Amino acid sequence: MSVVTNTTTIGAIDAPSRRNTELMMVGFAVAISVFAYANVGLALNGELPSGMLGYGLGLALLGGISHLAVRKFAPYADPLLLPLATLLNGLGLAIIWRLDQSERFQATPDFAPAASKQLLFSAVGIALLVAVLLVLKDHRILQRYTYISMLVALFLLILPMFFPAVNGAKIWIKIPGVGTIQPGEFAKIIIAVFFAGYLMVKRDALALASRRFMGLYLPRGRDLGPIITIWAFSILILVFETDLGSSLLFFGMFVVMLYVATERTSWIVFGLLMSAAGAVGVATFEPHVQQRVTAWLDPFAGWGKLAASEQMAKSLMAFGAGGTLGTGLGQGNSDLIGFAANSDFILATVGEELGLAGMMALLLIYGLIVERGVRTALASRDPFGKLLAIGLSGSFAIQVFVVAGGVMGLIPLTGMTMPFVAAGGSSVIANWALIGILLRISDTARRPAPTPAPSPDAEMTQVVRP
Amino acid sequence: MNKPLRRIAIFCGLLVLALLVRVNWLQYVRADELNENKHNRRVQIERYAHERGNIIVDGNPVTGSVETKDSDFKYKRVWKDGPMWAPVTGYSSQAFDASQLEKLEDGILTGNDDQLFFDRTLSMFTGDKRQGGNIVTTLNGAAQKAAFKGLGDKKGAVAALDPQTGAILALVSTPSYDPSVFAGNSFKDAEARQKLLKDKDKPMLNRALRETYPPGSTFKVVTAAAALENGLYTDIDAKTKSPLPWRLPLSTQNLANEGNIPCENASLREALRWSCNTVFGKISDDLGNQKMIDQADKFGFNEEIFTPVRADASVYPKDNRPQNAMAGIGQASNRATPLQMAMVAAAIANDGKLMQPYMVAERQAPNLDAIYTHEKEQFSQPLSGENAQKLQQMMETVVETGTGRNAQINGVTVGGKTGTAQHGLNNSEKPYAWFISYAKTDNGSPVAVAVVVEDSQANRGDISGGGLAAPIAKAVMEAVIDSKK
Repeated sequence: MSVVTNTTTIGAIDAPSRRNTELMMVGFAVAISVFAYANVGLALNGELPSGMLGYGLGLALLGGISHLAVRKFAPYADPLLLPLATLLNGLGLAIIWRLDQSERFQATPDFAPAASKQLLFSAVGIALLVAVLLVLKDHRILQRYTYISMLVALFLLILPMFFPAVNGAKIWIKIPGVGTIQPGEFAKIIIAVFFAGYLMVKRDALALASRRFMGLYLPRGRDLGPIITIWAFSILILVFETDLGSSLLFFGMFVVMLYVATERTSWIVFGLLMSAAGAVGVATFEPHVQQRVTAWLDPFAGWGKLAASEQMAKSLMAFGAGGTLGTGLGQGNSDLIGFAANSDFILATVGEELGLAGMMALLLIYGLIVERGVRTALASRDPFGKLLAIGLSGSFAIQVFVVAGGVMGLIPLTGMTMPFVAAGGSSVIANWALIGILLRISDTARRPAPTPAPSPDAEMTQVVRP
Repeated sequence: MNKPLRRIAIFCGLLVLALLVRVNWLQYVRADELNENKHNRRVQIERYAHERGNIIVDGNPVTGSVETKDSDFKYKRVWKDGPMWAPVTGYSSQAFDASQLEKLEDGILTGNDDQLFFDRTLSMFTGDKRQGGNIVTTLNGAAQKAAFKGLGDKKGAVAALDPQTGAILALVSTPSYDPSVFAGNSFKDAEARQKLLKDKDKPMLNRALRETYPPGSTFKVVTAAAALENGLYTDIDAKTKSPLPWRLPLSTQNLANEGNIPCENASLREALRWSCNTVFGKISDDLGNQKMIDQADKFGFNEEIFTPVRADASVYPKDNRPQNAMAGIGQASNRATPLQMAMVAAAIANDGKLMQPYMVAERQAPNLDAIYTHEKEQFSQPLSGENAQKLQQMMETVVETGTGRNAQINGVTVGGKTGTAQHGLNNSEKPYAWFISYAKTDNGSPVAVAVVVEDSQANRGDISGGGLAAPIAKAVMEAVIDSKK
């Protein structure tokens, strides 16, 4: 991109768009994933896997299409988000494909390979990303749908209550012919839109109309209304759907956005207090939650007695087996964990087969995505964009922390999926949409200010030469 | 709004940092502890993930590994002639652990032993398939086969030693079992093992090492050794002071001989030839309990013997006078393993030097480099060379003209002693037929054998030891001598 110069006193110098950097990095991400396939195939069968070309081409095609869409519709977007997400998705595909090859899984009666489906879901996700970039010319349009978003999010959250629980949590809905969907993943994005819109309007009232009490700014009762509502709502989700992860996610996201909107520390204190109260309250009478806490405190104590404990202990042993450098892709035994090995517990496979080194790299990739999101929020010039960007990247960070922390035994396991890496359609599709919105916001933020109209006086000015 | 945004950025950074710290804690600090957890199936999977090393007899493996498809344990142990070699190798099962050599040498066989660290590291870098090391045994395949065939479907055991080195040449126990039938971890394997465990004939008992029998008349050579060593008698052809009938001390009962044999004041040679209870009972009584214990101990009684597979301790007990007199003829609470009696014969054949019995000649790394070679080692000196040669003469007389004629081999000097051990209350059960012997060539003695047959159908009398057990001993000795040619 050439640097535009003109003779006006206000110089508008373009930020470099970095699209070529992005293209190279997407190519790099695809290459790493293809190498991962080759690695699995060579380790398991001693030959390059037959599906390698298909998956590699598919992934390259998806990366190329998304890159072209960004180049065309969001030329100033952050250049790191797309390659990072592509790398995660590609690695995830390779690991899911690796788990598909597991003889233990293939011996189970209802085994169905997940990698091809995951590639299909990734394609749908990329399509959604392109659609977001194509349709959403400016993220501020979303402001108009603040309350509609709220209704849609509520609808999506309540929906799974009418469907039977799967593995102890009511977070799925089953649509005949399509399969199961986790509406919570989509609700995450939609509720961020609602929060951003709501808080942008109410932030002055929440921030300023408060009384000082014991060093904290206490908000007025009527402004407390929404936070209490959300708190109660997240607790309700927890109780009726036994979904710890989602309730933690929504509540955390709301507290983060409130804090950014109001710049008042008191909100964080309230948020923490209320979530602690809610968590303790629920944990005292909800057996599902109690099991998870017991399993977290000492996973090996519940061996043979509690399925959750056993799963947790197996996950920890997978991490231990990996050690510093890992066993190598295809050479571990993380499939001992059982049915959730390619979704909730996929990180255990990463830990075992790629080792500490691979885990740290993966976590840093997630960290980079989050920090690029926060940077987008910082760079964004409008409060709605700031709030939406921080809401999305904050929820992404919380989700990564809750899932990874759960699988590694840092916090009780909550049963969410690792964005992009874990097998699961809803998750991949929703997260690609999330990346799409972040790309759109960053494009707006980094787009150079329009060149001011040439000053009619410019030509008239006399240059006085000494 | 940028200040809280920066703080959120830091908060998100901290979340990732917490995860990084945790993953380091798990995978670096706690990795070993997690890997050693008893619930960790990976230990087993790794154990069976590559071919186990082999147990080698005469340069050929008697074990092997086959790949299995039905389990995540990739390799399963198989045996060639499992029932014949089981008393040597023991078993190695995916589900039921291992025993004997398979268990004791597990580190070498799996390749996990610290001594193989260098090999492991090397093959990690060269990408070679990992393999276990081999165990080279001292056994003689022909002798083992002869013993196994000789016992046939009879219950019993054979132990054969090289008297000059202590190398175990044959170790057979019948009825035996095929360890291959429960080497896997399927339901079928468990069933097969249960069946073996419930079998009243105890096929999994290693009778050569782990069963002690009353040694009967074969023990008379130990009593004779005690008489010579303690100077009670010095000339084996001089008359002993042995009245007939001879009354057991502190008792009203006479010690009987089997049949009407010339035992009154018989010389040691004649007494052993006819197997006179009265003569040897009296010797034991004359020497007293302590001297008899001392002599038995020198032959290896009253302690466990590690070959390296553990053999039960044979017992010469501390006892009262009449019991001691009975123990001197191999009855009462006197008990011996077949290995122990083979050691007795070996010590006499080796001019009084008892060598430590062993069956592992060499441990090999997967590349066949020897990482351990057995050096022969003296166990004890139960009797002087001179006395040993006297005993040899006596034992050779037994084979030439006495009860052990069935063990004669053309052109080879053979010494032996028969035995028929009574057992059961009032001698109610069938006696055990014993035979211990050695063969001698120009280069000293290459083999000493002890045979015991449990289900002796024969009429009572020493002839049953000679009739049932001696031919087996003969076959084993012949096999060893033939293989030396």
